Amino acid sequence: MKKLTIEELKKIREKAQTEIQARSPEGKDRIVVHMGTCGIAAGARETLLAILDEIEKRNLQNVIVTQAGCIGLCEYEPIISVQKVGTPKVLYKYVTPEKARRIIAQHVINGQIVTEDVLSTE
Amino acid sequence: MPERAHILICAGAACISAGEESFKSALEKELKEAKIYEEVKIIETGCFGTCDLGPVMVIYPEGIFYIRLKPQDARDIVNEHLLKGRVVERLLVREPELKIFLPTINELPFFKNQVRIALRNVGFIDPLNIEEYIAREGYSALGKVLTEMTPEEVIEEVKKSGLRGRGGAGFPTGIKWELGRKAKGDEKYIICNADEGDPGAFMDRSILEGDPHSVIEGMLIGAYAIGAKKGFVYIRAEYPLAIKRLTYALEQAKSYGLLGENILGTNFSFDIEIRIGAGAFVCGEETALIASVEGKRGMPRPRPPFPVNSGLWNKPTVINNVETWANIPEIILKGADWFSSLGTEKSKGTKVFALAGKINMTGLIEVPMGITLREIVYDIGGGIPEGRKFKAVQIGGPAGGCIPAEYLDTPVDYESITSLGAIMGSGGLIVMDEDNCMVDVAKFFLSFTQDESCGKCVPCRVGTKRMLEILDKITKGDGEIRDLEELEDLANVIKNTSLCGLGKGAPNPVLTTLKYFRDEYIAHIKDKKCPAKSCIALIHYEVIREKCRKCSICFKNCPVGAIFKDYDGTYVINQEKCTKCGICFQICPFKVIKKE
Ligand SMILES: Cc1cc2nc3c(=O)[nH]c(=O)nc-3n(C[C@H](O)[C@H](O)[C@H](O)COP(=O)(O)O)c2cc1C
Ligand code: SF4
Ligand code: SF4
Ligand code: FES
Ligand code: FES
Repeated sequence: MKKLTIEELKKIREKAQTEIQARSPEGKDRIVVHMGTCGIAAGARETLLAILDEIEKRNLQNVIVTQAGCIGLCEYEPIISVQKVGTPKVLYKYVTPEKARRIIAQHVINGQIVTEDVLSTE
Repeated sequence: MPERAHILICAGAACISAGEESFKSALEKELKEAKIYEEVKIIETGCFGTCDLGPVMVIYPEGIFYIRLKPQDARDIVNEHLLKGRVVERLLVREPELKIFLPTINELPFFKNQVRIALRNVGFIDPLNIEEYIAREGYSALGKVLTEMTPEEVIEEVKKSGLRGRGGAGFPTGIKWELGRKAKGDEKYIICNADEGDPGAFMDRSILEGDPHSVIEGMLIGAYAIGAKKGFVYIRAEYPLAIKRLTYALEQAKSYGLLGENILGTNFSFDIEIRIGAGAFVCGEETALIASVEGKRGMPRPRPPFPVNSGLWNKPTVINNVETWANIPEIILKGADWFSSLGTEKSKGTKVFALAGKINMTGLIEVPMGITLREIVYDIGGGIPEGRKFKAVQIGGPAGGCIPAEYLDTPVDYESITSLGAIMGSGGLIVMDEDNCMVDVAKFFLSFTQDESCGKCVPCRVGTKRMLEILDKITKGDGEIRDLEELEDLANVIKNTSLCGLGKGAPNPVLTTLKYFRDEYIAHIKDKKCPAKSCIALIHYEVIREKCRKCSICFKNCPVGAIFKDYDGTYVINQEKCTKCGICFQICPFKVIKKE
């Protein structure tokens, strides 16, 4: 490998920082996929994979994705929640992979809640 | 695909020996079976500090902290936590008093009350991946000094920070560097002292295992400041994992051009080599260490001349401790004012301690200077196990001293600790409870230094031997009152006339225990009793005959047949035969055997 310059060091840092961002969840937007047994049966895994894929495609730096258990609303699964920093948490129902991609584009990136899919707001 | 979860598994030496590797392979297998191996990232880190609870790991982004992991736990972690988002409660830390689970790493009092500078990355990054270090602003401080600061400005910043050497003596680092810069010599050297010989101490080892680049970067900055081209890390052979990770880190730094010629495209060049020591305690002393690096026998020599003027191969040499080096990049990046805002008037920043002994959370911690011993023992260390009574802390290693309960509110800084007769030392902190005999504690440390004395000077070689004999006599019940005076006389001679710090510090554990626990010495001598009931020669076991229920269990379990049945059916211990193993005392179901 050739010798680094200060600029190249900076580039490595920026790239490496995105790689470890999952370790500092503070101050980041959060998407939670509810993955109880019912959620998984209803397709929550596919939804989760679509979310991860979308985050990579759009190179989103400030979002973390976690999973949570069943919240007792099985008939609406797959359920995801989106909480942008400083705004209330929004629960979405029947989130197929396609809907998930749309929620990311509209809500996570542009801050506009996808009203027709909302289950509840906190 | 970006990983949605980062699993940080501690691969510090303690967790590895507790089974980290087999847990990790089980986890990998389960992840593959659940088909989520690609979605998560497994990172093996350095020591988290909670070595007693190992193997430990944290799962981010939630920061859930799991302990005492066994291979069979891997399945639940994958299926419950990583698939369904349900925390696996049985693997969490349990707060004993509150009886609640503490799921995340930030909630644990052990972590919450720490301030991590030297340990900033230990347990948080992959020590084998230089890019993770770079992600945490690693080598930015180097970039800053090479492009924006003159060597004099670097020295000024370190001076202003108030950083003092973490290897024991607490000499101001900036002043040492200034002397090194001003010293005349065509060649100059930098040394990192990673000998770390204090019994039970593992601060420096953990930094090298968990974040080797922080030390390399610190040394690079020091080299630039004093004008050195070559550096050495002196580390003992008993630390194979630290040697392995440091060697790897040095290779990586070289391949990135962060060591070698024209670093970061500037005209600054510096290289580091490792020197392995055989693990003699005295080789941690700087002049002995230098002799050892030169390939000579590791024996101290008188100072002056000090190494800054005439060190390695008689050239000016700046030698600092691992933890001292690890602090440097943060001081440069965040500034002297930030660093000196932490701590007390004369002791700035933080100190890493290895907590050991009779304390609930043993392990590695970093705390701001000025924190009280009480906060360390109770808030971070979780207090004394099984509700026993705190008696003392032994601080500063074999040259340190014992501080009793009445000084628990002493702030931990160089001056306050020294004023009590102990020393800050390199970070050994051993907690004693009512079951520890202080005469025995003094004897333990003295026999360590006596053993490690290189033998070059008489007071240390002969004097410590004589002191040890007296202590031995006292713990056997053969002491006389005038022995205490002789101990003190000898201690003072050894302190004042030994050549190096080993001899000078050796009497401290005896002197402090004589000062704070004199009545325990007197009990051994006058009453022939060990108040802590720990000196074997002074205790004896006896059946309380009126209460004996004649169950014969003690009789059947005594390994030497020292218990016999008396005419009335109760049991009696034959004191001549009894070896004081304590089995009968432990085993009697009615607890009617007394220990005195
Ligand atoms: C007997 C003896 C053992 C020592 N062992 C160590 C050691 O293991 N590690 C260390 O850094 N300093 C040790 N020191 C202190 C060193 O001599 C030296 O002061 C120190 O490495 C300087 O670095 P610092 O200013 O960063 O603390 C020891 C000193 C003595 C007298
Ligand atoms: S004080 Fe002890 S260790 Fe130090 S030089 Fe003398 S004999 Fe050797
Ligand atoms: S202390 Fe040990 S040796 Fe002595 S009587 Fe009890 S069991 Fe026997
Ligand atoms: S080695 Fe794992 S916590 Fe210390
Ligand atoms: S059998 Fe007699 S005291 Fe235990």
